[in-house]
Amino acid sequence: MTQLGLTDAVRDVIRRDLLVALRRRADALTTVVFFVIVTSLFPLGIGPEPAVLRMIAPGVLWVAALLSCLLSLGRLFTTDYVDGVLEQLVLVPQPLTVLVGAKVAAHWLISGLPIVLLAPVLGLQYGLGGDVLGVLTLSLLLGTPTLSLIGAIGAALTLGVRGSHVLIALLVLPLFIPVLIFGAGAVTSYIAGIGVEANLSLLGACLMLAVVLAPWATAAALRIALE
Amino acid sequence: MSVTDINWFKYSSPQALYPLAGKLTPWFSALAVILMGAGLYIGLLLAPTDFQQGDSYRIIFVHVPAAWMSMFLYVVMALWAAIGLGLKARPSYMMAQAIAPTGAMFTFLALLTGSLWGKPTWGTWWVWDARLTSELILFFLYLGVMLLRTSIDDARRADRASAVFALVGVVNVPIIYFSVQWWNTLHQGASVSATAAPKMAAMMLLAMLIMSLGFWMYSIAVILARLRCVIREREERSSVAGQVERPVAVGGV
Repeated sequence: MTQLGLTDAVRDVIRRDLLVALRRRADALTTVVFFVIVTSLFPLGIGPEPAVLRMIAPGVLWVAALLSCLLSLGRLFTTDYVDGVLEQLVLVPQPLTVLVGAKVAAHWLISGLPIVLLAPVLGLQYGLGGDVLGVLTLSLLLGTPTLSLIGAIGAALTLGVRGSHVLIALLVLPLFIPVLIFGAGAVTSYIAGIGVEANLSLLGACLMLAVVLAPWATAAALRIALE
Repeated sequence: MSVTDINWFKYSSPQALYPLAGKLTPWFSALAVILMGAGLYIGLLLAPTDFQQGDSYRIIFVHVPAAWMSMFLYVVMALWAAIGLGLKARPSYMMAQAIAPTGAMFTFLALLTGSLWGKPTWGTWWVWDARLTSELILFFLYLGVMLLRTSIDDARRADRASAVFALVGVVNVPIIYFSVQWWNTLHQGASVSATAAPKMAAMMLLAMLIMSLGFWMYSIAVILARLRCVIREREERSSVAGQVERPVAVGGV
């Protein structure tokens, strides 16, 4: 029996998770629909004043993205935990940290990327202009992977714990705050004409930090959960 | 027996730690009372009135030490958590568990006194500036550590999971500390630093430092007392209660 190379293993993990998501389309769609509905609620609640909507758009879209990411985190490890796949992932010779990274990447492709792609459309509903939509999309593109990476830590820590759905929100939301501030801040400062480089650089820095540290912490948390 | 002869690893067993914590608690409690009394006396009666803020600035003697302790205790908690994960030592986890509520209390105290101070000086109870927000996040992190622990029934898993979360949250501490330098905020910059001359009267500085020491001693006393409760609680469950019970009866603590 030949041993699987690391890149092959990563590719297989991503492919498997995407395939599972494709077979259970409703699950993945739920978060996207949730994102759309939440962002549509604000104009209904606040009123259709275009100036107000333009002002709150970055914050609303970012908070909605954050919440829909939170909603999808429960699925990240739970099904694999229940049917024993996770135990196999821990046992294989490839490092768990890298495999966890692959699972997070698949999670982002399923629940993060659709939000990034939908955001410009929803931004239009809030009366944002062309350039601003570009900045919004870019900030989400840089920020949502960080959300998936941080969220994975929370998902792993609360695996199989009672009341995990609420608990994961309490653990993860405080850690999401910097991403929210820099992400929404990039759009707001672009609208104000201050320039976006500082906020986007900080978002990028958060992403780099999360890429290095989060899979490691997630792997440790998974080992603890599976003991 | 000289100091160097003490076998510190003796105290890595809860049974040895329990009487030690009991012996130390009254000393640190007494130190805390004396230092906090002296700090409040100097701060409230001897320190001069601020020419800009009047007497309302005096809340600084609680606010700044509480904020320092909130950050310091988080780092100490994370340190014990890391030692626990690294050495698989149960007392380290117990220390981390004992520190969390005190840390959360100081964080809440810093937020509360800050908002009471903000009203007369800034004209508002709360602003969403970087330092206030990051201190609020610290409070949530303390709550998260405690809630994660109570949600998991298996003690071993609860220990290790909350330790991992405490270590993840440590990223926030430097953000709080440097927030007034990194962002242009309403919260003033540090009045005290190790390198530059302090920007406040010597008497005020003295009061603040004595109060900080007092809070520090208070934290040690309360944490050690809580550590005893944690040991009792856990050891009773794991049916070695007899070993822990004895020092209480004999030592007469």
